[in-house]
Amino acid sequence: MSRNRDREITKQAFIKTIPIMCSYLFVSMAYGMMMEAAGFHWYYSLLVSLTVYTGAFQFVLITFLSSGVSFVTVGLTAFLMNSRQSFYSLTFLDEFRKMGKRLPYMIHTMTDETYAVNLTLESEGKEKEDTMFLIAFFSRCYWMIGTVAGGVLGQIIPFDLAGIDFCMTALFIIIFIDQWEKTKNHFPALIGVGVAVICLLVVGQKNFMLPALIIVSGILLFMRKNEEGRV
Amino acid sequence: MDEARVIGIIILSAVITFSLRAFPFLIFRGKRRMPEHLVYLGNILPAAIMAVLIVYCLKDVAGSFEMYGVPQLTAVLVVAVSYKWKHNTFVSIILGTACNMILMQVLSV
Repeated sequence: MSRNRDREITKQAFIKTIPIMCSYLFVSMAYGMMMEAAGFHWYYSLLVSLTVYTGAFQFVLITFLSSGVSFVTVGLTAFLMNSRQSFYSLTFLDEFRKMGKRLPYMIHTMTDETYAVNLTLESEGKEKEDTMFLIAFFSRCYWMIGTVAGGVLGQIIPFDLAGIDFCMTALFIIIFIDQWEKTKNHFPALIGVGVAVICLLVVGQKNFMLPALIIVSGILLFMRKNEEGRV
Repeated sequence: MDEARVIGIIILSAVITFSLRAFPFLIFRGKRRMPEHLVYLGNILPAAIMAVLIVYCLKDVAGSFEMYGVPQLTAVLVVAVSYKWKHNTFVSIILGTACNMILMQVLSV
């Protein structure tokens, strides 16, 4: 009986992750290829995917690894790009805590996609815990497999990979459009573009990221203070 | 390639990312909830950060317009228009990246 139940849960979890599979295999393969094009073989890509395991930031990390940016820029960018993960964890505080030994794994494997799928689960208790664990596990496997496959493909592909790094730009434009369509308040997005372009022109290509990120967060925080003052 | 630097950057990124995922579990026990201004920042920051990152991706356009500007800005248009039209991530990334790679090859000849 129990084996049947396990098989049923595994099957349900796998079905839930099929959309994640399509997206992760593709994006992580692009990641592996871009790493290869930047001079990092598949084992470096796999190391990053294993330890960092976060979509958009891993792409930015490629340019950091191959350029001379400071550790402060790396740290602040990681912090700002990944702080949304904290909000995901908030939703599942109580449920993950009940999972005991699996808690660190659940924390490490929380991504935009697994978060979204976990929200759609209708089961409860032990069954839901097992399903969430398997969703995290499957998704992580897709990401690792794609990463290595992309790196190996990048090594043997016969044509010039110059320009393949545009897949990161494309991914970010798509996320940007999705975010734009979800909200009526376009001010943060416009501030981001404006400040970044000005910093790029003033400070130059090499060092504009850090001031741009600090100024943007500063302006957004300052606006919030002003709003509170008025209330 | 400076191996120590590369490994250092990877470890730093991993530690920060894990800490961000873990910190609500350390801070919020019982009835304590996230302060409101942090919730606010969490809602509006991603769009602004993504905008900065897009500019970061396109930074070479400011350096050499013929070599990078024309292919990349064309590819940006291809991605935006195709995504607005079909809302298919896969198709838009392939189209945009192919457009950029082909234009780069053509223009560099």
